[in-house]
Amino acid sequence: MMRAFLTPRFAGMLALALVIAVLPAVLQNNFQFDIAIRVAFNAIVVIGLNLLIGYTGQISLGHAGFLGLGGYFSAITVTTYGWPPAVAMVVAAVIVGALAFVIARPILRLKGHYLAMATLGLGIIVSIVLNQESWLTGGPDGMSVAPFSIGGYELTTQKQWYWVAGGLLLLATWLSLNLIDSPVGRALRAVHGSEVAAEVVGVDTTRFKVLVFVVSAVFASVVGSLSAHYVMFLSPVYAGFFHSVELVIMVVLGGMASTFGAIIGAAILTSLPQLLTVLEDYEHMIFGLIMMLVMIFLPKGIVPSLQGLLRRGTK
Amino acid sequence: MSLLEVRNLSKEFGGVHAIDDLSFTINPGTIHSIIGPNGAGKTTLFNLVTGVYTPTSGEVLFQDEPVTGKKPYQLASRGMSRTFQNLQICMNMTALDNVMVGRHLHLNTRFLPSLFRLPFIVKGDKAAREMCTELMAMVGLEHYRDWDADSMPYGALKRLEIARALAAEPKLLLLDEPAAGLNDTESRELDEVIKKVARNGVTVVLVEHDMKMVMEISDHILVLDYGRKLAEGTPAEVRKNPDVIAAYLGNVA
Repeated sequence: MMRAFLTPRFAGMLALALVIAVLPAVLQNNFQFDIAIRVAFNAIVVIGLNLLIGYTGQISLGHAGFLGLGGYFSAITVTTYGWPPAVAMVVAAVIVGALAFVIARPILRLKGHYLAMATLGLGIIVSIVLNQESWLTGGPDGMSVAPFSIGGYELTTQKQWYWVAGGLLLLATWLSLNLIDSPVGRALRAVHGSEVAAEVVGVDTTRFKVLVFVVSAVFASVVGSLSAHYVMFLSPVYAGFFHSVELVIMVVLGGMASTFGAIIGAAILTSLPQLLTVLEDYEHMIFGLIMMLVMIFLPKGIVPSLQGLLRRGTK
Repeated sequence: MSLLEVRNLSKEFGGVHAIDDLSFTINPGTIHSIIGPNGAGKTTLFNLVTGVYTPTSGEVLFQDEPVTGKKPYQLASRGMSRTFQNLQICMNMTALDNVMVGRHLHLNTRFLPSLFRLPFIVKGDKAAREMCTELMAMVGLEHYRDWDADSMPYGALKRLEIARALAAEPKLLLLDEPAAGLNDTESRELDEVIKKVARNGVTVVLVEHDMKMVMEISDHILVLDYGRKLAEGTPAEVRKNPDVIAAYLGNVA
């Protein structure tokens, strides 16, 4: 009976819940809360992106585009047109999901470098539109965003945001673990492992690639909306190429095909630059060095590599 | 009623006739072998029948329905399953997970129930896990159940492909050189597995170079050479056929 509960997925969820619950006692100031909230938001996006990249083996170099679309949709409808933020967030997710669905079919026919190029182009198009349509978006200067409120209750303090972000991270983790540990998840992993093998046992590979692309885009859109309200400011940089690359690095660093790896990757890449600011001029150099060392010594990413080491140790 | 019928099938690769105006039928409930020298077009034929390639001309009928140009996954849902000569194993998964992918068509693969892991998803997976464990035992892989596929030896992976194909519960099973790379004992074990599969009512089509195996288990043999049918018949008939002897041993006359 005990064994049934102590599955890796349950133990992992429990550990994550504990960390989220205990962390506020450790965090000392708003600056540290801010980092924790950003880690949680990034982690949710990276969990979604990991379903696409890590599990299904399809690359996206334009995912910040979906963050930007979700964020700007919320920002514009709420700030300019007075929509309720929760409604805006849901509508944004539906629209971004639909958009991802429409572009997924032609794009996901491509493989490897070509898919990377196509998604890169997608991100750049979003970025250009957000920069150029300044009557709507404020252009390169960005726009300020109204705070998030629901039923007259406004989310303002760091603590409130912390619990929202932490709760959603837990939810996203649970959904991701569920999905992977299901026939759909096996189909996704099989697409990564051998597309032709998946096809001949009946997996409609296109359907599953489109599905996971839409899911990861919706994850990004929701975080984009919330993040815009949290920061109360949005600029096209948020949807830009460098942000997309950063998200991919989080996936690779934490570990491909590992939901908890996605969280670790997001945590390290989000907090490390803040912690390294004490090094001043050497910050970026040390940061790059750490990344290189991780990839050399833990080539599968942090979590899967450490799991491998542990397993070898116990055998 | 024939299970599989191929009519005037041709496939060209830039002027090379890999399969050239080939016709044959396969009746249900038998073991068929397709043999021929290297480059005779055996694997190309498999790829055409299972929808991996699209034929240049000609027709494929499965259970008397035309299926030319259908995608592999559509053919799989009609009851066709296959293995690959050059392994197609998902190296990112465990052995058992690989076999369980084979249950895809028999499990609920809708998105939302999976996302929330509804009880019937868990139940379906549990039943599939049990069935696939049995299948792995049947092909002699019970010890590898929880291994990562990428740490398994070649011979075991060959059998893993067969277990995965069987997990789909096909009507027609196409095996592309299942004995290649296996030692003699393993090959004889494989004979038994294939016979057992056929006894359970699955029609087996085999591409194989191991003549001992072919002659031992086949009810019917089709001999290909340069993409054309060279001969056809029972093992005894094929063995005596002068064209076959010439193709395999060289024309001594």
